Amino acid sequence: MKVLRYLARNPVSLVGVLILLAFVLIAIFAPLLAPPQSFQLSPYDTPRAGFLATPMPPSSDAIFGTTQGQYDIFYGVVWGTRTAFKIGLGVVAISVLVGTAIGAVAAYYGGLVEDVLMRIVDVFMAVPFLIAAMVLTALLGKGIWPITIALTTFGWMSYARIVRSEILRIREMDYIHAARAYGASDLRLIVLHILPNAMFPVLVLATMATGSMVLSASALSFLGVGTEEGYADWGQFIAYSRNWIVGQPGNPFQFWYTLAFPGAAVFLFVLSWNLVGDALRDMLDPRHSH
Amino acid sequence: MLNYALRRLMMLPIVLFALSLMIFALQMSLSPTQRLAAYAPSPDFLKGGQESIRRMIEQYGLNDPFYIQYGRWIGGVLSGNLGWSETARQPVSTALMSLFPATLELVVLAFIPCLLLAVFLGSRAGIYLNRWPDHVIRIFTILGWSFPVYVFGLLMLLIFYSALDWFPPGRLSQWAQTIVTSGDFVRYTGANTIDAILNGNWAVFIDSLRHLAAPVITLTYVNVASMTRVMRTSMLETLRQDYVRTARAKGLPRRVVELKHARRNALLPVATIAGMELAVMMGGVVITETIFDYAGLGQFAAKTAANLDFPAVLGFGLYFAVVLVVMNLIVDLIYPLLDPRVKTQ
Repeated sequence: MKVLRYLARNPVSLVGVLILLAFVLIAIFAPLLAPPQSFQLSPYDTPRAGFLATPMPPSSDAIFGTTQGQYDIFYGVVWGTRTAFKIGLGVVAISVLVGTAIGAVAAYYGGLVEDVLMRIVDVFMAVPFLIAAMVLTALLGKGIWPITIALTTFGWMSYARIVRSEILRIREMDYIHAARAYGASDLRLIVLHILPNAMFPVLVLATMATGSMVLSASALSFLGVGTEEGYADWGQFIAYSRNWIVGQPGNPFQFWYTLAFPGAAVFLFVLSWNLVGDALRDMLDPRHSH
Repeated sequence: MLNYALRRLMMLPIVLFALSLMIFALQMSLSPTQRLAAYAPSPDFLKGGQESIRRMIEQYGLNDPFYIQYGRWIGGVLSGNLGWSETARQPVSTALMSLFPATLELVVLAFIPCLLLAVFLGSRAGIYLNRWPDHVIRIFTILGWSFPVYVFGLLMLLIFYSALDWFPPGRLSQWAQTIVTSGDFVRYTGANTIDAILNGNWAVFIDSLRHLAAPVITLTYVNVASMTRVMRTSMLETLRQDYVRTARAKGLPRRVVELKHARRNALLPVATIAGMELAVMMGGVVITETIFDYAGLGQFAAKTAANLDFPAVLGFGLYFAVVLVVMNLIVDLIYPLLDPRVKTQ
């Protein structure tokens, strides 16, 4: 109820929720929207209408046109939605688990354990994120899993920091002292009383990070270490469009469709997560509501 | 104060050591034969068959235990030798140093408008909270924040290069490149714009600006969003303070209260964010440089990472960490000057 009332008052947030919902529906109904053909080994292999390099404009056969190598752009955008959800949610879920565990252990044990863990966080923070993720993906090979592992390895630190500082803050609050006075065990205190309250900032951060992790994953594909050739992945399709920015003389926007559709997909996906994250922060953090 | 700076700087070697261990461990996950490629002066070198490959692995000690190989590498680094980059066909340190001015030039040119714009827009949004300027600025920033750099960059190329032919990719046109590399043109700094002014060559100056324009606009737009948001939030916090109410109650003009009293203090959190963002940008703007084919550190790092050119990746990683730690230290040291309430202990 509170959520609905908030959305009614904030049309921009409502737009974000609706776009996100649309993407969820596209991902669920991908087999109906863009049915895979019988000869495809995997539905994520984009079908191609020949091997000609030059992209073809939208037509009745390919409503978004075809990109370099005759890959169907509509198919790639639809199934790329599933790829985006898999990578975004996968990376964020694993990062939250790892970060929360490390942050909680650091805050709970304190002393040397905390020092060592937080110095490890510092070291990972000093790593150039995109370059390190590129190296790890290049080592692990192409595909969804290498991307997920690489982005997780270099992206869990902020959760550890937030969870630690939240626990340290909440630990000193009156209701915790009260629970301790009742004789609650340490484990019970952490899991039942402290973590649930520490999770709100993590939730906001995770929502915003889902969009930016999809950005990073697409960037990896764009820089040439992401998914396999022809995989239904927005970054891959944007990378193809890079070779077709300049049209023939007198027709500068000749290949606009190679960039417009996959580009709009990434943009709207990230935008919706950011809007939802923004709304969550407003709702959960009273300091931001005016 | 000095004590604090020294203690922070003491952390640097520890961070660098751990970082180098980590990247080195990644490198060691390759087989000795793969790593041998870094030592081969030409592809023919490896065609000598299994026997010669084995002999070379022996010769360079690529089968030695981890700590011996790491020790050898770190020994080289400490004596100023970062190794050979296959991608650049140059020593790593030479490559990094020759590309650094290009990145610095780009980053500084993008950072200044970015900061000014963020302060202007953020304070405006805070002053006109929930009125139309606020709404427009919020939408502008959230769009910029969600815009993938590579999509925005490609759009810039589509409009300003393909359609209008104003801002070509690269760092210089062919004719300007010929002038710059000729003996008559003195390379004082390595930054094209400054060198062109110092040499009094206005044609080259204009040409380098034309090449810088698109990446600068791209970087400004995608980076201005986060800073504007911080400025807006901080402005709102400040406007609620008691001293602002006092100033208003005294009957001071609204503009004076907003710009003199409130905005100055609201700048503080922005200084922190700006410092961190500048540090990350100086570490190489990977995607922007790659899209616009702008030969700087970011493009170089991306190439070396994709080629698994480990000596270069290690060198770049060390450079990045140093920039990050030093920049954060500078921000920390400047902070008490901006805000006397903060004392560094």
